Amino acid sequence: MSTIPKELKYASTHEWVRNEGDGIYTVGITEHAQDLLGDMVFVELPEIGANVAAGDDVAVAESVKAASDIYAPIAGEIVAINDELEDAPETVNSDPYGDGWLFKIKADDVSELDALLDAAGYQAVIDED
Amino acid sequence: MANRTPLYDAHLSAGAKMVDFHGWDMPLNYGSQIEEHHAVRTHCGMFDVSHMTVVDVKGEQAQAYLRYLLVNDVAKLTTPGKAQYSSMLNPQGGVIDDLIVYFFSSTDYRLVVNSATRDRDMQWLTEIASGFNVTITERPDLAMIALQGPQAEALFAEVLGAHNFASVAGMKPFMSVQVGELFIATTGYTGERGYEITVPASGVVTLWNQLIDTGVAPCGLGARDTLRLEAGMNLYGQDMDESVSPLQANMGWSVAFEPSDRDFIGRAVLEQQKADGHSVLVGLVMESKGVLRHGQRVLVNGGEGVITSGSFSPTLGYSIAMARVPAGTDSQAEVEIRGKMVTVKVVKPSFVRNGKSVL
Repeated sequence: MSTIPKELKYASTHEWVRNEGDGIYTVGITEHAQDLLGDMVFVELPEIGANVAAGDDVAVAESVKAASDIYAPIAGEIVAINDELEDAPETVNSDPYGDGWLFKIKADDVSELDALLDAAGYQAVIDED
Repeated sequence: MANRTPLYDAHLSAGAKMVDFHGWDMPLNYGSQIEEHHAVRTHCGMFDVSHMTVVDVKGEQAQAYLRYLLVNDVAKLTTPGKAQYSSMLNPQGGVIDDLIVYFFSSTDYRLVVNSATRDRDMQWLTEIASGFNVTITERPDLAMIALQGPQAEALFAEVLGAHNFASVAGMKPFMSVQVGELFIATTGYTGERGYEITVPASGVVTLWNQLIDTGVAPCGLGARDTLRLEAGMNLYGQDMDESVSPLQANMGWSVAFEPSDRDFIGRAVLEQQKADGHSVLVGLVMESKGVLRHGQRVLVNGGEGVITSGSFSPTLGYSIAMARVPAGTDSQAEVEIRGKMVTVKVVKPSFVRNGKSVL
């Protein structure tokens, strides 16, 4: 069974979102997603300063198995990316909810968060797969 | 229910993630396929290959049968135990399967063929055998472990003990020997030194556990695929199939056109291809970010080809691939990756041997 932290929000496309305060949200992929993809070999991240819409493909996780698009769960501006992944993409496997985070986004409209899933809702998505 | 090898429970207790592989429940990895890959390149790893099909071919006309069935010439084998890479073709010259043949005497051979093609192989072996005085016996009573890596010899010696290991020590590649219940061959699918060990199914769990106890890393299909790709070894169904001839799959070295009076199935088509020209299997190297994948389009001067196998190379740290392209390809090609054209190097399809880059 994979871990699904209660305090996070989720997209059905397997991204998680953490509220860092001041309208900033950290985004990564779930433990379930990294397990499906297998060993990560490259992570392509968005440009800092880019404005993205919810549902845009903004990053790519390349594992030994496949290349997988990562979508922006909410609209906003990319304000930080996890440079450490350049040399250590495997961090996404070993610590998906911690050091394996992907990017931070400053939300245009925090009410978009309401459209995301809670832990139980995301569990239901996994169970359906 | 899917087939299970006798090591199924051992895989689960080692934490394997199991996947369906052509009707067999097989380990994909035991946590990290990249770590397993490195274990084979730097130390020693082992694979359960008990799903592979072992077929014994015996009888007065065993040699004549195999000389007609296979592209390589078993008459070249004169030392008992010697192994040979070969393939069998349909009459159109397409590869039904690639295989290893072991020679014991001109009336006694063993074939090891792929599990994915088992039914087709057995049907073909039997059909062609009807014209010869031979018996074809499948050996589902046998299991197989591939032990691979620079430490394979030392660790296997530890498990076998000095007395039993004496007949294995110093064995050259592509040889085999029977030691008690173990049939031990210096073959493999990784580009490292090592052994493929065939044992009665009842004894394979004990051997597996003994090898685990010496520190051998269990490795799954994921690592097996990246290792064989780095070594430039073909995967049946991906790099070749019944629509592809061995000449189009970098297997020309295993086709024995001499002696010219030996007829083998598919020979006429191969001779025609040789005269007319044919597509070839090349290696691709991409040192920039991204991963080459099966099915991606390859543009070369003079035409278009396709990637048959592509992956990230854990040993090299960038992506490599095999691609079938028109003959006479330049040293560069363009690959379409997720809508973008990326320039890659064209090389011989062999990337890593004995732990080191051969690029």
